[in-house]
Amino acid sequence: MDSHVLDTLIARYEAEEGRLLGILSEIQEQEGYIPHDLLLMLSEKLGIRLSRLYSLVTFYSFFSLQPIGEHVITVCMGTACHVKGAEAVLAALEQHLGIEAGATQDGKFSVTTKDNQFTVTIARCFGACSIAPVLSVDGNLFGYATPENLPAILAGYGWREHAD
Amino acid sequence: MRIESEAGLRTLQAAGIQKLKPKQPRIAVGLATCGAAVGGRKVYESLREAIDRAGADIDLVTVGCIGYCREEPLVNITIPQKPLVILHRVSEADADEIVHSVMDDQVPEDKALCRVPSWDHVTGVVMQYGKGFANIPLYEDVPFFAPQRKVILRNAGFINPEEISEYFAIGGYAAAWKALHGMQPEAIIAEVEKSGLRGRGGAGFPTGLKWRITRDAPGGTDKYLICNGDEGDPGAYMNRNEMESDPHMLIEGMIIGAYAMGLKNGLIYIRSEYPLAIERLGTAIRQAREYGLLGDNIMGTGFSFDIRITRGAGAFVCGESTALVASIEGRTGRPHPRPPRLTDPEGGLFKKPSDLNNVETWCNVPAIVANGSGWYAALGAANNTGTKVFSLVGKVDRVGLVEVPLGTTITTIVFDAGNGGANGKKVKAVQTGGPSGGCIPLRLFDTPVDFESLNRAGTIMGSGGIVVMDEDTDMVDIARYFTGFATGESCGKCVPCREGLKHTLLLINRIQAGKATGKDLAILQEVCETIAATSLCGLGQTAPNPVLTTLSYFREEYEAKVRP
Repeated sequence: MDSHVLDTLIARYEAEEGRLLGILSEIQEQEGYIPHDLLLMLSEKLGIRLSRLYSLVTFYSFFSLQPIGEHVITVCMGTACHVKGAEAVLAALEQHLGIEAGATQDGKFSVTTKDNQFTVTIARCFGACSIAPVLSVDGNLFGYATPENLPAILAGYGWREHAD
Repeated sequence: MRIESEAGLRTLQAAGIQKLKPKQPRIAVGLATCGAAVGGRKVYESLREAIDRAGADIDLVTVGCIGYCREEPLVNITIPQKPLVILHRVSEADADEIVHSVMDDQVPEDKALCRVPSWDHVTGVVMQYGKGFANIPLYEDVPFFAPQRKVILRNAGFINPEEISEYFAIGGYAAAWKALHGMQPEAIIAEVEKSGLRGRGGAGFPTGLKWRITRDAPGGTDKYLICNGDEGDPGAYMNRNEMESDPHMLIEGMIIGAYAMGLKNGLIYIRSEYPLAIERLGTAIRQAREYGLLGDNIMGTGFSFDIRITRGAGAFVCGESTALVASIEGRTGRPHPRPPRLTDPEGGLFKKPSDLNNVETWCNVPAIVANGSGWYAALGAANNTGTKVFSLVGKVDRVGLVEVPLGTTITTIVFDAGNGGANGKKVKAVQTGGPSGGCIPLRLFDTPVDFESLNRAGTIMGSGGIVVMDEDTDMVDIARYFTGFATGESCGKCVPCREGLKHTLLLINRIQAGKATGKDLAILQEVCETIAATSLCGLGQTAPNPVLTTLSYFREEYEAKVRP
């Protein structure tokens, strides 16, 4: 996103209500994260201190300051998913992707694999409780997830089980 | 094409009925978020191909969700002069068979869940479908639906949420017409007060009274009306379905409320986890503007009001009113002490008096205006009028959205509608109210679900999530789960919540690790009581509920894990 694109984005938010979070959400969606230089640019264009923008992107879990991988996997950790085994699904996912166990648990940070293929994060609740446990890959929801059916889901996104 | 006469509205209604009940058969696929996720989208595509292959004259549309989530994907079939038939557990492989049956004016009966000869859309229209298909059970005889009374989900699963014409068909916007053309604002507020409607977001504050306070607050028309669509309780998704399946009912409720309170600025705050709800509401708002239902001079009355959508960004605490406002203003969502309340001068959004009501509260308003306060007050129980949508999830057999009159017992919801535990397991407890609520044991399942009875049992109604626990559920783990949730979502502003919850979590982890003693249980209790008594906002005050209720009702599970 260059300066001109950012200007057009800002121009679409003429009303004050919801403006900052709206702009930041669109940056997050288009870039996959909030790049530092864009945050600086936004601060200058809006005349808002960088520290204030920084407080927003670190407070709200929707934003990430780190670049994300090719595919984003979000595991729902809502109550219905929890009682139906979401923790086991997350643990299996971490194992398959070679991510440190429990690294994603607190929901504040996402974790990206070394090959930059997958980013894993958790959600508080997708509101898709009827098909729990649920995970989403690049926005596509998969219901009734289990440690057993994970490899098939991942394979659809280019994951291969390592022989070692 | 602006609506400026009652005749104009009726013309649109007649045109809409032609879409709902066309001369040719109509197949409708339930495509809310979860229906789409379990294959509904593929069912829709394969039906499209099957219809094209057969060259059949059949309408194919998208509808919302009727709430029987376990049976998805759901498909409705409307054949002229026949009952509407709901098919369940439909797969893409069924497409050709469905299409060929429908071409012969039949339905595949082995896939039929039920038939609907007529449907009361509550806001003035009872849609007559027809007779026939006697072998297929009636809607009201399906055990999941039998205890239900659909007032809020009156159109969900029947109409296309992306077509305003289908909302006109079922009498949509007639209540707004009646209110704006035939009622004084004061009379509308009086009606809502008499109906007994209480806030459906969980607090149960009388809606009419909140409207009156907002109307009387200084500031002229420059106040805010806000819809709280930040449905953050894990396990609750009724607001998502209401917005995805019937967005115009929410908009109509907000128009009526805005007129009653005499204000011009409307906002819907939706959590970012609900992209389809955001998309469909955006479409609905654009359509409403085209018809002169939003914007300047609504329905030719001179009254002006518009709605904008603002998005959350993933913070549970933003469902709290002062945090929600801070979020819309572009600040971090940290609550401040009340008063000042949002309705107070200088207390609301950008220091303007603001009315905040939950999605579901708004959805009740057109039904109240259409049918009168007496009709509404007769639903439900004393001081707890109307219906409430609950999301019945977890280890229950029939998962789904259940709408029942307030005062219905937990037994009716979990056993009559839900058929008890999944896979034949014994139900042990339910958890209501999300992270702010508590667990109720089986022996208290006669408790009527209303605001006060749930409070007496140590939990809250919350937004309506009911998560079922069975004999295999570890109640200490449930307490740990919710405490972990609240710890992560605490905004960090006040000490009892920020530090107290952290220590609560450490104590529970110690119990789970088998390293705790009976003394730790006493400390746990004391810490939780202190957090509840001294936290700044509702999040902290209620966050210990899952621990306190499990300590009280399932103490033996804690004791089994501690050393003497």
